[in-house]
Amino acid sequence: MRRAILAALALLAASGVSPLAADTPLPAQPLAYTQLADPAQEARAKALMETLRCLVCQGQSIADSDASMAGDMRALVRQRIAAGESPAAIRRWLISRYGDYVSYDPPLSGATWPLYLAPILLLLAGIWIARASFRKRRR
Amino acid sequence: MAEAGLAALWFAAVLALLQLLLGALTIRWGGRADATPRRAASIAALAGSVRPVAVVQGLLSAVAMLCLIWVFATSDMTVKLVVENSQSAKPMMYKVAGAWGNHEGSMLLWVTILGLAGGAVALLERRLEERTLIATLAAQAAIALGFYAFLLVASNPFARIWPAPADGLGLNPLLQDPGLAFHPPTLYVGYVGLSVAFSFAVGALVTGDVGPAFARAMRPWVLGAWTFLTVGITAGSYWAYYELGWGGWWFWDPVENASLMPWLAATALLHSVTVLATRDGLRAWTVMLAVVAFSMSMIGTFLVRSGILTSVHAFAVDPTRGAFILALLAIYIGGALALFALRVGTVRQGTTFDLVSREGGLVLNNLLLSVILGIVLIGTLYPLVAAGFGVQLSIGAPFFDKAAGPIALILVAAMAVGPLVRWRRDDGQAVLARMTWPIAASAFTAAGLIALGGSMAILPLLALSLAAGLAVASIAPLWGRALRRTPLAIWGMVVAHLGVAVSLAGMAASSAWTQERLVAVGPGEPTRVGPFTVTLVGIAPVLGENWSGLEGQLRATRDEDVLILKPQQRFFANPPTTTNETSIRSFWDGQLYTVLGQPDGRGRWQVRLWWKPFVTLIWLGGALIAIGGALSLIGRVARDRRAAQRGGWA
Repeated sequence: MRRAILAALALLAASGVSPLAADTPLPAQPLAYTQLADPAQEARAKALMETLRCLVCQGQSIADSDASMAGDMRALVRQRIAAGESPAAIRRWLISRYGDYVSYDPPLSGATWPLYLAPILLLLAGIWIARASFRKRRR
Repeated sequence: MAEAGLAALWFAAVLALLQLLLGALTIRWGGRADATPRRAASIAALAGSVRPVAVVQGLLSAVAMLCLIWVFATSDMTVKLVVENSQSAKPMMYKVAGAWGNHEGSMLLWVTILGLAGGAVALLERRLEERTLIATLAAQAAIALGFYAFLLVASNPFARIWPAPADGLGLNPLLQDPGLAFHPPTLYVGYVGLSVAFSFAVGALVTGDVGPAFARAMRPWVLGAWTFLTVGITAGSYWAYYELGWGGWWFWDPVENASLMPWLAATALLHSVTVLATRDGLRAWTVMLAVVAFSMSMIGTFLVRSGILTSVHAFAVDPTRGAFILALLAIYIGGALALFALRVGTVRQGTTFDLVSREGGLVLNNLLLSVILGIVLIGTLYPLVAAGFGVQLSIGAPFFDKAAGPIALILVAAMAVGPLVRWRRDDGQAVLARMTWPIAASAFTAAGLIALGGSMAILPLLALSLAAGLAVASIAPLWGRALRRTPLAIWGMVVAHLGVAVSLAGMAASSAWTQERLVAVGPGEPTRVGPFTVTLVGIAPVLGENWSGLEGQLRATRDEDVLILKPQQRFFANPPTTTNETSIRSFWDGQLYTVLGQPDGRGRWQVRLWWKPFVTLIWLGGALIAIGGALSLIGRVARDRRAAQRGGWA
């Protein structure tokens, strides 16, 4: 038993992690603050991150937040993009985990169709109201 | 001192009540035709007293505000508000600005500006019919009363605390920035200006006097309010841009939307009031817009404070006052809409006009602006309503860009054509001929961008081409004019429209061509962003008045240019917070934006670098729009003055 503990400690020491350091918060994952090497992949990741909500911030996307959770989510998005997953699939996965709240781009559904219909209705109503101020064409 | 401020506030509230009652009585009794001479004299005495009351009310509210600034400046820790929001070790500028960097203080600032504006109306407005003016002042008093009640009942800024603590809790470090000194007051001046415009509309509705004279009396206030809102939004956007440290300048955050909506309404109102003043058309519509603009500024003021909208502006959040605020909102907006619904029948139909005419263009402007306003309003409130039904969802940039973006681009196109169309009636062919150069500019830009860029996204491409066309078209009204004799109002329009083109170009260019570099670098290790090579020279500790920090030294080179940027991380003790201090350098063709991040524990530091081509144009355009507004305002007021001296209308 004693040997096992000593071996574990040696392993810890060898891996460079001291038991003391375990109390301090983990350093941010590299991909939270660094880009993917492939510009096309990074562009896809960036576009997705800009439409994901930082859940612990207020009114910010994960692309513009210093919160550590936003950093973790950025790292996750970049890892999955680098692994070849599509942005839509990553969004679906995040929604299944955190709910619709996480996406700034709500899908068309029973709860959101009035939202997407509204601009069209507004435009039509506006045209109808504006019509009244024009003189009728003389025949 | 705090008690003096509270007393001034109470007196001001009582005077506001008096002003409302006097005004209401004057309107009620003065309307009768059978008044005896004696009775008429007493009504005249009543009417005559409304103006002085309004002036004194305004002065008293200003005294209350000065008292609050005084207790903040002297760090009087027996006042609860000072304890909660200030600290004696803070720079003087933020002590003073801290007076309105909190809920109670900002409400007091609002009512002070409202009171002073009311006093200014009472002193300066001499052309409007007396009864309409008195109804206007009564409406002002009614609005002010709600604020006084709210301050005195639910959020007394002068409350004492016992025992007094040794020192205060401090101001949110994000707010310790020159931006705080100017951003809220400018927005509030804008909101108040719109409430004055609304009061004019109420006055005109009550006395049935909706016409060109009313439009001319209201116009300077709308122009002024709109100018201040433009400055406030532009400055707020730049503030967020350099303060938040991720290079974003607009977030479609609910609180931002709350300031954008009054601006959209004011922009529409500004254009429709012109139709009313010059052609006596769009009567009911203009009054309606004044009501909407006021409602939006109330939403801008109160919804932010109610805690319902959670956003980056959360420093304002306090849910306990939510109920009072919602009640006030309901009374204000409901009352305004009810009055409109009841009295709109008395507004006779104004002049109608041809489809192809300046009026037609202005109606299109109003239509599109109102639709954008509706989209922003629905997009902002939809999550609240959905939450009421138990559905949690978020609406952000993707929705607003998709829904409002195309309409905004149509609006820009309409904006290019509108000023080139004649009043009353015009010929479509002739208008098209006048558009030759703007269309050529757009086509040329589009062709050039496609030839050069190749893979540019469609929206920025469209926006840049339209911006080029609009820039040419907005200067076109000056062609063939004697520039020195061109009225200032025309100059104002030209400059403001040009500002929109400039701003739009900045938005499109920076969104299309921004380059981002997020990287961990060790000292001496070069990295590239855009045309720059950036090297971390070193990290050194720095000390400020009430913070300590780390400062990175970055050496950036482009061709022969060498410059040093010093982004910082600042640690504030009260309250304990870390902030990023960005270091930004502007060039004629863009900005280099740098942020210092965390160390990675192995001698390297995270840095965030952006090269943002032409991004400065966004705020330069905003400034041009505001300058245009100011020019118009000066021109209109001066012209009205001259006309009044001649005893007629221009």
